[in-house]
Amino acid sequence: MSDPKTFFLDEEEIPFEEGQTIIQAALTAGKYIPHLCYHPEFKPHGSCKLCTVRIDSRTVTTEDGQSVKIPGRAAASCTTPAQAGQHVESEVPEILDLRRTLVQMLLVEGNHYCPSCEKSGKCLLQGLAYDLGVMDPHFPQYFSKREVDASHPDILLDLNRCILCELCVRASAEVDKKNVFAISGRGNTKHLICNSESGELGDTNLAATDKAANVCPVGVILHKRHGFEVPYGQRRFDKAPISDNPVQYAPVKEQV
Amino acid sequence: MPKGNPNGSDAGTVVSAVLARHGADGTRLMQILREIQEETEWLSPDILTRVAEGTRLPRGQVEGVAGFYHFFHTEPLGRYRVLWSDNITDRMAGNADLMARMCKKLWLKPGRVSEDGLVSVDTTSCTGLCDQGPALLVNYRPITRMTAQRVDQIVELIRHKTPLAEWPAEFFKVEDNIRRKDALLGADFAPGDALKALKSPQEVLDSVKESGLRGRGGAGFSTGQKWDFCRAAVGTGPHAAHYVVCNADEGEPGTFKDRVLLASYAGLVFEGMTVSGYVIGARKGIVYLRGEYRYLLEPLNAVLEKRRAAKLLGKSILGRTGFDFDIEVHLGAGAYVCGEETALLESLEGKRGVPRKRPPFPVTAGYLGQPTAVNNVETLASAALIAAKGAAWYKSIGTPKSAGTKILSISGDCERPGIYEYPYGVKVSQVLADCGARDTQACQIAGASGLCVAPNEFGRRIAFEDIPTGGSFMIFDNTRDMFQVARNFAHFFVHESCGFCTPCRVGTTLLANAMDKIDEGHGGEYDINDIWRVIRTLKTASHCGLGQTAGNAVADTLQKFRPSYELRLNVRDFEPAFDLDKALSKMREVTGRDDPGAHFHIAHRKSRAGLGTKAGDPS
Repeated sequence: MSDPKTFFLDEEEIPFEEGQTIIQAALTAGKYIPHLCYHPEFKPHGSCKLCTVRIDSRTVTTEDGQSVKIPGRAAASCTTPAQAGQHVESEVPEILDLRRTLVQMLLVEGNHYCPSCEKSGKCLLQGLAYDLGVMDPHFPQYFSKREVDASHPDILLDLNRCILCELCVRASAEVDKKNVFAISGRGNTKHLICNSESGELGDTNLAATDKAANVCPVGVILHKRHGFEVPYGQRRFDKAPISDNPVQYAPVKEQV
Repeated sequence: MPKGNPNGSDAGTVVSAVLARHGADGTRLMQILREIQEETEWLSPDILTRVAEGTRLPRGQVEGVAGFYHFFHTEPLGRYRVLWSDNITDRMAGNADLMARMCKKLWLKPGRVSEDGLVSVDTTSCTGLCDQGPALLVNYRPITRMTAQRVDQIVELIRHKTPLAEWPAEFFKVEDNIRRKDALLGADFAPGDALKALKSPQEVLDSVKESGLRGRGGAGFSTGQKWDFCRAAVGTGPHAAHYVVCNADEGEPGTFKDRVLLASYAGLVFEGMTVSGYVIGARKGIVYLRGEYRYLLEPLNAVLEKRRAAKLLGKSILGRTGFDFDIEVHLGAGAYVCGEETALLESLEGKRGVPRKRPPFPVTAGYLGQPTAVNNVETLASAALIAAKGAAWYKSIGTPKSAGTKILSISGDCERPGIYEYPYGVKVSQVLADCGARDTQACQIAGASGLCVAPNEFGRRIAFEDIPTGGSFMIFDNTRDMFQVARNFAHFFVHESCGFCTPCRVGTTLLANAMDKIDEGHGGEYDINDIWRVIRTLKTASHCGLGQTAGNAVADTLQKFRPSYELRLNVRDFEPAFDLDKALSKMREVTGRDDPGAHFHIAHRKSRAGLGTKAGDPS
């Protein structure tokens, strides 16, 4: 390797390799940046915006001797290439507040009833919400009507919790080469669809072992007959918060 | 069987014919779906499957594209599909009452199809006819200057199932309304003038750079520099090529100058594209025409045909060997976000109009991943003039930082709405005086995402260094309610967000909902704080310009027209949007009851007073 390059994440020096994005370098260095739509095995997407950071803010001194901070540009760290000498702000009040708002937006957009959801305790959205200290959804709930599709023998599709991260879409297209999922509608009517004329999952060629069936960060794509297997207190995020072990839960291969 | 019955046996024939016409090329999916729908009225599940099989695209992807665009429908919407333009200027001209009248006469609810499957009536975003509104589209053909009488006539025509071709021609008349001409609209220019004057590509490029021409879409990037980057970029893969794309997806509410340029100055625009192609080394140009301007397709194709005949397009243009360039018109299908250049490119490639990540920029990786120069209609027309008349002439017009002229689309409260061309640097007050605006309270410049200026700012200038604009200029006199203006724009962004990123997809809806809550008299200081929080989130975290600017109109009006909000804030702090009595309204409708006992507050009061109520109790 040529001379190592580094950038600064919240004043801490982080090494990176040419071509890495900010989040890739950060996670490799064991530094957690919240994210939902990012996955190390797929092309970066940049849609959830949870990984937003501020880049290269600077402080200037005005004529009357005051220090004024000029905010740098905000960008999704999953799609922004790391650059040597860059100063990246992540765990700062403004960005944390932004992320809380984004989580709240997702919480009101879908129907997220954590206590009755079998993904509870290992749901990335829920884990993130706890970690960021989101105490309530704040905004008025949409209470949108969304479908549950039980047509597939092994997989249940509960669209109530879909956060439109498109991980399943990308997994099916890029890894499984099946294109089982796609997106239709736009704006607040954007929704996940299945690749069949009936629109039902049962009429697609999805297999329970497919990457697409195992990548959902929330409780949309569920394996039938496997609900609530882990008791309260022993679930993934009961033991440690999502940020505690970023490498285990996020950046590297084979997470289920 | 009537033409276009989607369940009939001819759907397959239509699909096959259209696919054959486009070589079953999946990158032409938009055109394929549109042409099929023009025959079949809607895109049935069966048709989508056939198209997917024909183009070898995943079916879900084809359905996703059909589901993205407002003018594609995957459910039947009647033989007559009426869409009322719902820009604020149409509202000011009374579109709501007229649409209600139409719905009532047709026994329809907005958005629903009539029982007999004949007609549906709904709203759509600005149709680019603000100077002659209220406007509507019937099966994507525009009808202007709607009146109650015209509504009644249309209802009769629909009831009698009169084919559109037999409707009175004057309904469909679209005026240019050019009120002020300057260097561009008044130019003495014959077809081929710019092409005859061409020197080497480098010299033309230098001239465009020297002229100081900047993009007219609003962002104002140097056109010469863009062409330079594009020319220097190298195409990749087996189909390596350069492309010129003309962005005619004029969707910004209140803008219609591109419509007029394409209707009456298409030759100039095409010539600008040809000049651009010559400079960057492209052989193909594509006009991305917004779906609302579908009616311009045939006239534009006729102009192209004439230019081909005159050797101004095609192989060896004007006898110059190696100078090959031709132009094709692509139609959009109702998606404002496609005005964003990378979303436009996605759409051109037959995909959902979702803005791309940048970099790479279109100049290096644009249409089909190849170097592409995307320019506004007006920019290209200006470039043709520069090529013909020289950089020095052009640079002498306008201001030092903003060379040339700007075409404004003026609508709203003034005596003479229409098209006005000015040298850059013109003051807002001058524009207002020229178009006969009186008692002006505010101007919304650059559309829903633009800037709302109050009278104390009317001394400001239209120029990149002061108020940049794509051309929309909407005027509101002091009888107008600026809160409602902002609320209309907030709803516009809900309809037009592509939904890709969280902040925009959810934020635009939260913003519109908060404005509705205030409008209904349930708003307080708490809601204003929430609005600011949503606007900050939109601005900071959105993926593209649509989301980043979606809060501008609300932010501007909150700062400059605060009383229009204060009027509605009945509570000082917080009140829930949920209204118990309103929640009962559905049941009142279902049961046909509307007595005091069926109202929450009355029943509540009576029960507290110890009075009984029973169903049907008259009051």
